[in-house]
Parts: sequence; C-alpha cells; structure tokens
Amino acid sequence: MKKTIITVVGKDSVGIIAKVCTYLSDREVNVLDISQTIVQGFFNMMMIVDANNCTVSFETMVDELAKLGDEIGVSIKAQKEEIFRSMHRV
Amino acid sequence: MPNLYEVFETNDMIEHMNLDVRTITLGISLLDCIDSDLDKLNQKIYDKITTLAKDLVETGNEIQKEYGIPIVNKRISVTPISLIGGAACKSPEDFVTIAKTLDRAAKAVGVNFLGGYSALVAKGMTEADRLLIESVPMALSSTEKVCSSINVGSTKTGIDMDAVRLIGEIILKTAEYTREEDSIGCAKFVVFCNAPDDNPFMAGAFHGVTEADAIINVGVSGPGVVKCALEKVRGKDFETLCETIKKTAFKITRVGQLVAKEASKRLSIPFGIIDLSLAPTPAIGDSVADILHEIGLEYAGAPGTTAALALLNDQVKKGGVMASSYVGGLSGAFIPVSEDQGMINAVEANALTLEKLEAMTCVCSVGLDMIAIPGDVSASTISGIIADEMAIGMVNQKTTAVRLIPVIGKGVGERVEFGGLLGYAPIMPVNRYSCEAFVNRGGRIPAPIHSFKN
Repeated sequence: MKKTIITVVGKDSVGIIAKVCTYLSDREVNVLDISQTIVQGFFNMMMIVDANNCTVSFETMVDELAKLGDEIGVSIKAQKEEIFRSMHRV
Repeated sequence: MPNLYEVFETNDMIEHMNLDVRTITLGISLLDCIDSDLDKLNQKIYDKITTLAKDLVETGNEIQKEYGIPIVNKRISVTPISLIGGAACKSPEDFVTIAKTLDRAAKAVGVNFLGGYSALVAKGMTEADRLLIESVPMALSSTEKVCSSINVGSTKTGIDMDAVRLIGEIILKTAEYTREEDSIGCAKFVVFCNAPDDNPFMAGAFHGVTEADAIINVGVSGPGVVKCALEKVRGKDFETLCETIKKTAFKITRVGQLVAKEASKRLSIPFGIIDLSLAPTPAIGDSVADILHEIGLEYAGAPGTTAALALLNDQVKKGGVMASSYVGGLSGAFIPVSEDQGMINAVEANALTLEKLEAMTCVCSVGLDMIAIPGDVSASTISGIIADEMAIGMVNQKTTAVRLIPVIGKGVGERVEFGGLLGYAPIMPVNRYSCEAFVNRGGRIPAPIHSFKN
C-alpha cells in the first residue's frame, strides 16, 4: 500500500488535528498513524495516511491541504512517503 | 515507516536549505534525423524533439507536487549538431537554421534550455565542425534557449589548438553580437576537455553518440544542505568533517535517484545517470563558497582553498556513489563565479583571482565557469586561458571547461547583471602579457604520456 505523509507545522492552537482529520475523513483518506511534538510553542505533527481511495486527485489534496493550513495559520504539506524512505533508509 | 525526525529533517532541507533537484534533462539522439535536405532535416529534428519531450515539463511538475521537492529546470540535450547537420549544411548560415529549429522546439515543449549545438573536435575539425563553430555567434545571438559546447581536447587525443585559436575569436564575436545584453551570449557557450556524454547541466549538456535513443539524466544539487550540516560540526576534526559531507551527499543523491526513476517510469524513457553536483545559485544560502567558508576559510581563494575544495569534491562523490548505481555527468562541486554569492563576495574582497580559480579547477568537477572579464581582451588571450584549462583536464584525466564572458564596453571593477539563475558578476582582471605567438603556432598538442606520473 502506498502511503502519504502529511506534516503540519506552525503555532499551536485549538483544533488543528480536528480540522485536518475532518478534511481527510471527508475525502475518504484513512489515518494510520499520528505523531507530534510541541517545541517552544510550535506544533509539529506528522500523519501517515492511506490516500489511495481519496475522492480527489493527489494534486488537489495537496492544494486543498495547503489552503486549509492558510486558514488555520499553519503550514500543511502532503508528500508521498518514498521521498523520506529513499533519503533515510538504505 | 519514516519517523518524525526524518520527515522534518527532509522538509527542513527543502524549505530552509534550498534542497532541490536542479534539472531533469531528457537526452535525445538526433542521428535518425540526418538528411541531406536542410528543410527536411529541420522538420525531422523539430518533430522528434516535440514528440519525445511533449510531456517532460508536465511530468516534472507532477513529481514536484507529489513529493514536495522542487524540480527547478526541465531541459533537453541533443546529439552534437555538427554531426547531424554535416550532410545538409554548407555554410554557417545553414547551421543557424538548425539552431533556430532547436529554439522553436524548446519553446514548444516549454523547457528552459536545450543543449547540444555542439562539435567534438578533440583531435581535429571536419568541415562541418568548423562551420558550426563559425556559426556560434549568430546562433547564440538569434536564439534564446539554445546552448552550445565544443569539446577541444581529451586525455587520449591531446588538444586541438586550431580549434582553441578559432574559439578565442568566436567567444569575442559572440560577446560583440550580444553586447546590448552585457554579452550574455557567452554564458550559453562552453569549451570542454574530456566532455562527458551524459552531462545534464547547461551550458555543456549534449547527448553523446554512445547513448541510447532517449535517456533521462538528473542533476541534483544542495550546497545549502551541506553548509547547514557543517555548521553543526564546527571545530571538529577532518574525519568528522568528511563523514558529515558524505552522509549529506548520500541523502541528497537519493532524492535525485527517486526523481530520476519516477520520471523515467512516467515518460517510458530509460534512466541514464544521476549527476551529483553541488551546483550553486545566486540565492543566499545556496553557495559552494559558503561551504568553503564553513570548512574554515575566511573567503574562497584564501590559502587552503584548493585543499578544502579537493576534500569537498571527493567526499561528495564518495557519498553520492553509494546512493545511486549510475552516477555520471560532471558530479562534484561547481565553482562558477556569477552564480554563487559567496564567490562574488570573494572576488569583490580581492580574495579570489582568476589564477586561484584555475588552481581550484584541478580538483573540482568542472572549470573556469561564468567568469566575466574585460571586453577589450584579445582573442589570443582568451585562447591562452582556454588552452591552460584544457591542459589541466588532459593531464589529470578529468573534465575541465571554460565559460568566459568578455563584456564588451566594460572593464575591471564594473559589474554585469545576467539575471535569474545566472546572477551577476564583477569583472575580473586578466593577465595581459601576450601568448599570441604560442596560440598562433597551429596544429595539436599531443596526448600526454600515461606513465612516469610525477
């Protein structure tokens, strides 16, 4: 199964995870794993998701998530997992 | 599964350290376009390029979006045109029609440069080679996207000094033809010794005759990533320094490998090589000179620069070859002046001279690159500088290149603005003692001996 990594970076506030998860659920994207840390008030979250049944194209999802990020005041990126695996795993 | 730390490290490199894939270059063989009828030849060239490369830009953009890694340039390289046009072209003007066709094709598919307006004359020039070289000033001043390169020497054959002499004149003429734009035509022209067949970087890219019909070559970059990694090991010993550069080069190259494989699959064109070069841009934090500074030099050009660059170049290769089984092209550290803010600063501080740059090219990946010189230098002086650089490549069995820009109407201390990736450059002084009698001898410098290495 091809996985997608969603990262959220920005100032912490109420409801960031909820808003991202609502978006994903509306698009039939399944969340497999979430990890997060807060460093000096900055929210760093990584989600591993299965976007294979996503109701919109990958490119649209990337754009919509970026737009959602703008609304909440954080940066949201969606990237295919391979870039991280290639770079860090031999 | 990737962990949080790894994911944020990668994205940090992309967002804050200028990690990018510098170019996806589609190499296209034009050998099957050869025709003795010039109009037919031009049509075949246009059709082949626009057919094979029609999805190149779009595919690059798709990959960029899906992986979140910028792919800065999409480019094309073609078989050296002197070979393709030999049967049809009877004058330099005939060759210029091919340059215009290439320019039209490049614009039609949306690539930003197309390389291969080239001739390979390491041992001698055919009539077609000579006509192509003579057409370069016209070709580069009447096109936008076309890049030209001439290979004038190799370790196996020596240096064709007749070509070197001719090219000195051609560079000045190209500068003159594009004087209104600060002689920018010369930025699209490079002279090589031991030119690689699979280089994806401009202006020297061409699709060698030993290559397949079409091939995807990818150039990765990331001087900023190496610099940031080195900031964390300040004051540590050479072993730590080398380990850090190697690991960083490995990571950068793996991204290039992924992009190359993906582009190859989507375009159904075989993957050729990864060129793991540290290619700077004028952007702040994207400089090879800054790496040298971080290694411990006040400015690039200070004593120790050649040793630091040798170390850097070697570690980049050592890290990179582990990351991809097919490494090729130029692979190493580029040291252009105008495209690297740290180099520009070094020149303006009088820390870096043309002579020191020449010494640095003995251990870096290419050569004297993007150096602006006064427009009133003589053709023989330019030929002399080229001959020196070619000799370094010939004797050391490495690729060397020269991309000089004599800026017509400007002198030492003035600046030229090229804009975009090409940046700006202070005009550097050149040794004005004559080498005319040397350059005008005519003939070839023989190939060097391969034993008695001292």
